[in-house]
Amino acid sequence: MKTDEFVSLLAAGGGAVESGTTARRHALAIGWGGMGAMLLMAIFLGVRADIADAVRLPMFWLKLAFPVCLAGAAFVAATRLARPGARLGQTPLALVAPIAVVWAMAAYALATAAPDARGALLLGQTWTVCPGLIALLSLPVLVGTLWAMKGLAPTQPILAGAAAGLLAGAVATAVYALHCPEMAAPFLATWYLAGMLIPTVAGALLGPRLLRW
Amino acid sequence: MSENSAIEARLRRLLLEGMAGDAAAYHRFLDELSAYLRAYFRRRLTRLPDDVEDLVQETLLAVHNQRYTFEADQPLTPWAYAIARYKLVDLLRRRADREALHEPLDDELAVFAASDHEAADARRDVLKLLDALPEKQRLPIRLMKLEGLSVVEAARMAGMSESAVKVGVHRGLKALAKMIGGAP
Repeated sequence: MKTDEFVSLLAAGGGAVESGTTARRHALAIGWGGMGAMLLMAIFLGVRADIADAVRLPMFWLKLAFPVCLAGAAFVAATRLARPGARLGQTPLALVAPIAVVWAMAAYALATAAPDARGALLLGQTWTVCPGLIALLSLPVLVGTLWAMKGLAPTQPILAGAAAGLLAGAVATAVYALHCPEMAAPFLATWYLAGMLIPTVAGALLGPRLLRW
Repeated sequence: MSENSAIEARLRRLLLEGMAGDAAAYHRFLDELSAYLRAYFRRRLTRLPDDVEDLVQETLLAVHNQRYTFEADQPLTPWAYAIARYKLVDLLRRRADREALHEPLDDELAVFAASDHEAADARRDVLKLLDALPEKQRLPIRLMKLEGLSVVEAARMAGMSESAVKVGVHRGLKALAKMIGGAP
């Protein structure tokens, strides 16, 4: 078929297009994926027993704010990487900022703690299971964010996959924080971050395979 | 206003009008874009001249299928360039043409640097590929293309609802992109 005929074919298949598809697809992915993660957490892990007391502590909200801020920045990164030619701009800064804040808090907590208490601040009671559980909870969200990305037009599949993975990991971590009893900044700075990095790396590896269009 | 920004402004307006439902503006957008794409690919596929027209059609199809990723607050040039470059790299990768991948990177303004209306024949006949589509996708595309029918007429001819015709064309063109790109 000649190209001008092909153009006529495409133009005939045109018609009005809704705007805002990129953000809508990602919001859907987070909504359904987050609900899946919440169900998994509620059924298999359970909300922490002392949640009623914990919500009165500032550290509980800081613990929640860390993944929520990262999820916000990852959302912006993912929606930009889903659109050809969209620039990331200041997004990398917004991704690094929450990590820098938590690391600074962790450094302060470790520096001011008694030497023999530092190990407990870093490892808590649950360091062996925390990253793995976050990665498991991120699975339903990751399916959603990769689906969202797949229907759009990512031209840098490794970065786009990583952003989809980080978004999934951050949402899953916010859900996991409702179960997890740890409250020390050094623990969050290490094991929460490790948990979020597992789906990030998985997304980066899957990106080039799944996100072709 | 420089020439590039004049092209940007005109094509962007045509695309936005097309996305708002103006079929004539959309047709002109695709037509002018195809000339820029042809010139762009021709300069970069000097060793694969027979692939140029296929790649033009493939990129047009991608632009069409993913046009909802273009938003009114963004410039057209980097969007069109990113798609053209993605499809170019994809083709070179498929051809496993290592040498060609080492061609120096150019900047995005190159996509509208020249325009070429002389289409060579495409090697691949998209119409033949259409035969592999299921009936409810193939029929609406054929009716609208070959007979030049409107959605309403095609729906009557095919005995389908208007929305089924639109969905059929939409899904058919998506499936076509997959067949061409060999995407998983």
